Amino acid sequence: MSETHTKIDGKGYWREVLRLTLALLAIWFAVSYGAGILFRDLLDNLSIGGAPLGFWFAQNGSIYVFVGLIFYYCRAMARLEKKYGLEV
Amino acid sequence: MGEEFWTYFWVVGTFGTYIAIALWARASSTDDFYVAGHDVHPMVNGMATAADWMSAASFLSMAGLIAFLGYGGSVYLMGWTGGYVLLALLLAPFLREFGKFTVPDFVGDRYYSTAARLIAVICALFVSFTYIAGQMKGVGVAFSGFLGVEFNTGIMVGMGIVFVYAVLGGMKGITYTQVAQYCVLIFAYTVPAVFISLIITGNPIPQLGFISNVKGEDVAMLEKLNTVVQDLGFLEYTQSNKSMIDIFAITGALMFGTAGLPHVIIRFFTVSSAGAARVSAGWALVFIALLYTTAPAVASFARLNFIDTVNESTYVASDADYDAAAAAIVADGGKPIPEWFKNWEKTGLLGITDKNGDGIVQYRAGNDNEVTKLDRDIFVMANPSIANLPAWARRRSVYRGGIVDGDLIFSQS
Repeated sequence: MSETHTKIDGKGYWREVLRLTLALLAIWFAVSYGAGILFRDLLDNLSIGGAPLGFWFAQNGSIYVFVGLIFYYCRAMARLEKKYGLEV
Repeated sequence: MGEEFWTYFWVVGTFGTYIAIALWARASSTDDFYVAGHDVHPMVNGMATAADWMSAASFLSMAGLIAFLGYGGSVYLMGWTGGYVLLALLLAPFLREFGKFTVPDFVGDRYYSTAARLIAVICALFVSFTYIAGQMKGVGVAFSGFLGVEFNTGIMVGMGIVFVYAVLGGMKGITYTQVAQYCVLIFAYTVPAVFISLIITGNPIPQLGFISNVKGEDVAMLEKLNTVVQDLGFLEYTQSNKSMIDIFAITGALMFGTAGLPHVIIRFFTVSSAGAARVSAGWALVFIALLYTTAPAVASFARLNFIDTVNESTYVASDADYDAAAAAIVADGGKPIPEWFKNWEKTGLLGITDKNGDGIVQYRAGNDNEVTKLDRDIFVMANPSIANLPAWARRRSVYRGGIVDGDLIFSQS
């Protein structure tokens, strides 16, 4: 990609932001609605420590992933802003 | 030192601190008043957001609800935290980028419409008033109990105090007040949780105790809880009688609702940039997660402990000499009803009816249940005494009228 510093590639930036956001929302959906609700019976066949995995995702695991998602998003957005010269 | 002294000590101490903070952080400009001058550190703002948003419902009622609902309680855990992902990815940074004071400001400017702005104002007022009604009830109960005045007078006094420090300090004062609140809140919540986790699983970290074996036994804590509740006729703890579609829909409603709370959104206007707003949402969720991942552990421990100590225990009718009566029961090879049960019975949150007249408390599902009054909030409020914490820690939670001081502290925010 040829980077021009005179003109900001707003469209390219926005496309990448959208892709990032959708990917993270997919994970967000997968750990809560997916692992914790829709597929929990299946996951309950496995266990983490002494807890059924699906139940654990619903009560603890999804929350840990949520925290990780937000911090990953912060880092990725900072990188994108740098790449497209949008830093304030 | 009597109960009275400590009650005054904590109430005067906390509100004194808040007013002192407000005086120190006095707002001197419009920017200061509404958005704390846009210069709050993201982590500090995250902590303030966590305290602002976690009210009596999170602190007091949630663990108790989960203790009864088991897996069904997951809707609150996922719903009230998952909303922050939406907030961080879709709302907070963009609103901050726009650089206005409030959401109606944003709506009005973005859609070039005064009508849209008006609708946003009405929505914000509606949500805020609904939200504050519950909080103010807590203030009223706490102050009327503490000052020995009418409920309405209690609300007025409480509101007066909040008014003084909110108007003086503006958003900046409130931010630092909330940081102080968070520290009190998380301390009051996690200390009993650590001890009860140690007692039941031998692991000091509640989140790990949650997935560990019962102390000294070769069975997982959750597995044992499942067996115990099933034996008494209740539904398995890790199951729910709600259908999957209900759980799905309630979780969704709570997530989207959380992302839209006006008093949470406005907190993101207080940081310096859109990037800081993102980081701040992350910190907010870290501080919230500290309580929210502890809560399900507390819930399961409390349920197990309650059954263990109360079920099949011999009731002590006299209030006067509990120790002697309990000692006599133990000498006979029986299990006396715990002292905290007797204490909380006085508040009306717990009560038994000896249906079969055998003097022993049977806790069951269905009609044979003799624990006829069991307020769900009891599991958090009685936790310090259930976990046998030292008296100094316990005193803070045994409050006149059955209100934890924690409730009083954050119910005003």
